[in-house]
Amino acid sequence: MPDDLKDGRIVIVGASLAGLRAAETLREEGFTGSLTLVGDEPHAPYDRPPLSKQVLLGQATADTTELPMRRDPEAEWRLGVRATGVDRLAKRVLLEDGESLPYDRLLIATGTRARPWGNPDEAAMDGVFTLRTREDGAGLAERLAAGPERVLVIGAGFTGSEIASACREMGLQVTVAERGPAPLVGALGATLSKLAAVMQRNHGVDLRTGVTVTALTGNGAFTGAQLSDGSRVPADVCVVALGAVRNVEWLADSGLAVGPRGIACDAGCRAFDMYGIVTDDIYVAGDVSRFPHPLFGYQMLSLEHWGNAVEQAEVAAHNMVSPGALRRPHLAVPTFWSTQFGLNIKSVGVPTYSDYIVIAQGSLEARRLAMVYGYKGRVTAAVTVDMSRSLDYYKHLIETAAPFPPPPGAADRAIAADITIPSAVPDPSVLSHGPTVALTGHLPDRRLTVV
Amino acid sequence: MRTVVDLTRCQGYAQCVFHAPEVFKLHGEEGLLYATAVPDDQVSRVREAAAACPVQAILLGEEVSGGAR
Repeated sequence: MPDDLKDGRIVIVGASLAGLRAAETLREEGFTGSLTLVGDEPHAPYDRPPLSKQVLLGQATADTTELPMRRDPEAEWRLGVRATGVDRLAKRVLLEDGESLPYDRLLIATGTRARPWGNPDEAAMDGVFTLRTREDGAGLAERLAAGPERVLVIGAGFTGSEIASACREMGLQVTVAERGPAPLVGALGATLSKLAAVMQRNHGVDLRTGVTVTALTGNGAFTGAQLSDGSRVPADVCVVALGAVRNVEWLADSGLAVGPRGIACDAGCRAFDMYGIVTDDIYVAGDVSRFPHPLFGYQMLSLEHWGNAVEQAEVAAHNMVSPGALRRPHLAVPTFWSTQFGLNIKSVGVPTYSDYIVIAQGSLEARRLAMVYGYKGRVTAAVTVDMSRSLDYYKHLIETAAPFPPPPGAADRAIAADITIPSAVPDPSVLSHGPTVALTGHLPDRRLTVV
Repeated sequence: MRTVVDLTRCQGYAQCVFHAPEVFKLHGEEGLLYATAVPDDQVSRVREAAAACPVQAILLGEEVSGGAR
């Protein structure tokens, strides 16, 4: 039986970070059968984080961000071809060119795309961008390099904030419009969002919070936007940073447990069907998945994290070629980073799964701190600002369900490290941008508890 | 050759910045920005940087289009 699992036909739909790392892991684990990767973009797998940083700053070009391989996955690459469906009875992936690919096991890693501006005519104007793909990055970098008068960024989540940071670093005038009360509040809660707002304003960002953009104006080319407070922002470039949409539409008729928050799978990355019955030949990894996590009440977790794409792909690939007793659960603690306005922000755990916080090390004024998040007396997350070497310690506290507030650990413990403050994470529906971490409850789309 | 840094792992020790300053740069106190494409004359320096990284966060390799098609 194990020998059979090492052979046969595996198809991976999605040729980005998760798809590539899964393909490499399959070979690493001894898979000798045929391996096909399908990707709708006409490019080899490339890395997206540099697109909002190095690429905008002109330190790398968008066409040089291909991901290095750990090893050659000896795969057949079907790039620039969209998958349009799965026939689970015939065990075939249907492609837009009419062809279909037979599989014994299938991995779905189709990720997300940028949420487009709601008005397609306004979105189509010259000068209006989203940022997700290599083409987006190249186009926006070229426009920023040309020195626009002002850039409008809609949405102050991580992507929007990083774009605003890059603009200021290039000396460009930038306005950020956010429906919520502050930047990053949806991901980090009220206290750190104050620091994010101060950093933006100190770096010269025209930050407008509590407003929505009601219209993008221009005659073919973008010239400005109307805001809900009646004001108008003249600008010649607009970046729509409203979060991501999961690429699941192609699976609408598949009978899999598919929804706006992704494809539900078990802890071993096996997809559920729409009746909640687990499949044993279809696996899911990366941004498109929703999976249960014991550290967060076994709620279904949707992540848009680079590290999760890698780790979940490795677990999925291992399980695809391993018999039941040798399969592993995907239990990695969520981790992400963002570099903006000269600060390095790193997070471990799920900060929105919290009721109180403490500042355990450092201070907001020092722009250097470790903040610990707790939920019902247990440590559930930590965020560091320019203090990433402390993060592993807090990760250990999360993994061991340590009590909150955490006991004295660091030599440089903050004076008020035992004074708890409400974490004040807002309802995600008040924010402009979508959540990058969503605990989607047990009923996928009705009980959205936190961002 | 292409490089990618696992910034989930990176803790800003900046050993790479000393080994290959043309490829790796600190951005602020501990944020790291790097050139994704490694010029031929920098490959051996990036190899040293990858070996020296205390958290082993640096991967250097061929991109898929470079031979796996």
